[in-house]
Amino acid sequence: MLILHCPCCGIDADETELHPGGEAHVKRFGPGASDAEFESYLFGRENPKGVHFERWRHANGCGKWFHAARDTVTLEVFGTYSAQLTAPPQDIRDAVTAKRPGWSWRDFA
Amino acid sequence: MKRYSAFAIAKEALRQHMGWERAWASPDPRASYDVIIIGAGGHGLATAYYLGKNFGITNVAILEKGWLGGGNTGRNTTIIRSNYLQDASAAIYEKARSLYETLSQELNYNVMFSPRGVMMLAQTQHEVRGYLRTAHANALQGVTTEFITPQRVKELCPIMNIDGPRYPVLGALWQPRGGTARHDAVAWGYARACSDMGMHVIQKCEVTGVRSEGGRVTGVTTTRGDIGCSKLGIVVAGHSGHVAEMAGFRLPLESIALQALVSEPIKPCMDVVVMANTVHGYMSQSDKGEMVIGGGTDGFNNYTQRGSFHHIEETVRALVETFPMISRLKMLRQWGGIVDMTGDRSPILSATPLEGCFINCGWGTGGFKAIPGSGWGMAELMAKGASPLTAEFGLNRFREGRFIDESVAAGVAH
Ligand SMILES: Cc1cc2nc3c(=O)[nH]c(=O)nc-3n(C[C@H](O)[C@H](O)[C@H](O)COP(=O)(O)OP(=O)(O)OC[C@H]3O[C@@H](n4cnc5c(N)ncnc54)[C@H](O)[C@@H]3O)c2cc1C
Ligand SMILES: [Zn+2]
Repeated sequence: MLILHCPCCGIDADETELHPGGEAHVKRFGPGASDAEFESYLFGRENPKGVHFERWRHANGCGKWFHAARDTVTLEVFGTYSAQLTAPPQDIRDAVTAKRPGWSWRDFA
Repeated sequence: MKRYSAFAIAKEALRQHMGWERAWASPDPRASYDVIIIGAGGHGLATAYYLGKNFGITNVAILEKGWLGGGNTGRNTTIIRSNYLQDASAAIYEKARSLYETLSQELNYNVMFSPRGVMMLAQTQHEVRGYLRTAHANALQGVTTEFITPQRVKELCPIMNIDGPRYPVLGALWQPRGGTARHDAVAWGYARACSDMGMHVIQKCEVTGVRSEGGRVTGVTTTRGDIGCSKLGIVVAGHSGHVAEMAGFRLPLESIALQALVSEPIKPCMDVVVMANTVHGYMSQSDKGEMVIGGGTDGFNNYTQRGSFHHIEETVRALVETFPMISRLKMLRQWGGIVDMTGDRSPILSATPLEGCFINCGWGTGGFKAIPGSGWGMAELMAKGASPLTAEFGLNRFREGRFIDESVAAGVAH
C-alpha cells in the first residue's frame, strides 16, 4: 500500500485516498509551438524505470493536488512537494541523490 | 523437429517416454543476425515466426532477459475476442482471432484455443447504446457479434445474478467465437516452431543498449555481449519506454501494473467468459476448474509486477455481486504484470526514428488475443516496410491526431 504525505493538509494519506495524475513537470509550449513540441507535451512520457516525478490529488481528503518523487522499481517514496513548483525543489533532489548516488535531474520535456 | 501426434504418444508410451526431444534449442548468440527481436513474449515470438514462415527470413534471434513467456504473455487472463469498435482494430484483432482457430494445427502444438464465447455485460443505458453501436460496427467489419437480452445472458451463464443490487444486466455484447487459450502454450508453440526454422531463441539475455551508426541501427549490447543486426524489433511490452530510451526516442505510453487472480479449482460452473465493465471485473473458468479473475489496472507508474491490494478488493467485490455463488471461494494465487498503456488504448506497430528499428508495443491490458495477428502484421512491416494490418497503428498517429480510440469502447482491462 502506497502512503504519501500530503503537503497541503499534512496528512499521511494511503493510496485509497489518493488519485494519481501521471507524470509531473510536463512542459507546455506556448502559442506557435511546433507539432513536435505539442505532441511531446500531450503524449510523450519519460515513463522511467527508476526515479519518477508525478502528480497526485488528495481526492478523498483535502482535495488538493501535489507532487511526489517516487521510484517505480522499488516503490520507495523520496518525498512530496507543492504542485506550484515547475521542477523538484533542492531538498527533494538531495533526498533522491542520497538514495540514488549519481542520479541527476533531467529536464523532463 | 519430431511432430507431436497421438501416434507419437503411443510410441513413447511403449518406451518410457525416453524419445521426446527438447522443444527448442538453447544456443549461444552468434556475432550477428539479419534480424534481432528483443523480447520473447507472444508478440516477439509470433513476429519471428511469421518472418520465417511468410518471408523466408530465418537468420533471426529472439533475445529474452528472463524466460520464455515470463512477461505478460504468461501472466494474462487469456481472453480472446475481436469485438472492437474501430475498423483498424477489428482488422488486426479479427485476423488474430481467426489465426487462433487453427494455431494448434499450424504450430503442431496444443494451444488449447477454446472458442467458448465472450460476453460483455451492459449494465447501464450508456453501455447498452455503446454495445449496440459496436454490434453494428462489427456487422460491417465482418466480425460476428450480437447484442443479446438479459434472458439469453442468464441461459448462457446461469450462475450470474442478472437482477444485481446496483447494476441489473440490461443485455450483453456476445461474441460466440471469442474465448480463451493456454497462454504459455502460445509462447512455447511459437518458440518451438521458430527454433525448428533455425532461429535462435536466447533466454537470460538482457538487452542493455542499442547500437547505431549514422541514424541506422547496427546491433544491441546485451548481458551476453554485443550482437549485430541489420533490423531490430523491440517487442517488450511494459519495458518499451525503457528500451526505446536506449534507442534514443520517447514513446507515448506509461507502464502500469495490472493484476489477476485465480481461485481454488471447483467443478465446472461456467462455460463462457463474462466481462462486467461497469462494476470492473471479469471471470472465466480454466480447464483445471480455477476461476480466472481480472479487473482494472492500478493507477500509477510501476515496474514491480506487483499491484495494490485495494484493486483486487474492488474486482472481487464486483464479481461477488455479479456471481453470488463465488462469495465462499478461496483465492489461490494473485500476481501482476506491467502493461504499456497508450492514450487511445490502441497498440503501436511502427517504424521508429532510428532507421532499421521497429517497435511493437502499447498492447496494454489486451494484447494476448492479438498475438498471431500482431506477429503477422509486424513481420510484414519489418520485411517489406509496410503492412495493411499495421498501417493505422504507426507512431505518427499521435502527432497527426488519428487516434484509434478504443478507450471508450472497452472500459475495462483486456
Ligand atoms: C494481469 C493481466 C491480464 C491480462 N489479461 C488479458 C486478457 O485477458 N486478454 C488479452 O488479450 N490480453 C490480456 N493481457 C495483456 C497481455 O498479457 C499482453 O498484451 C501481451 O501478453 C503482451 O505480449 P508481449 O509479447 O508484447 O509482452 P510480454 O509477454 O511481456 O513479453 C515481453 C518480453 O520482453 C522481455 N524484455 C523486456 N525488456 C527486455 C530487455 N531489455 N532485453 C530482453 N528482453 C526484455 C520481457 O522479459 C518479456 O518476456 C493481460 C495482461 C495482464 C498483466
Ligand atoms: Zn491533503
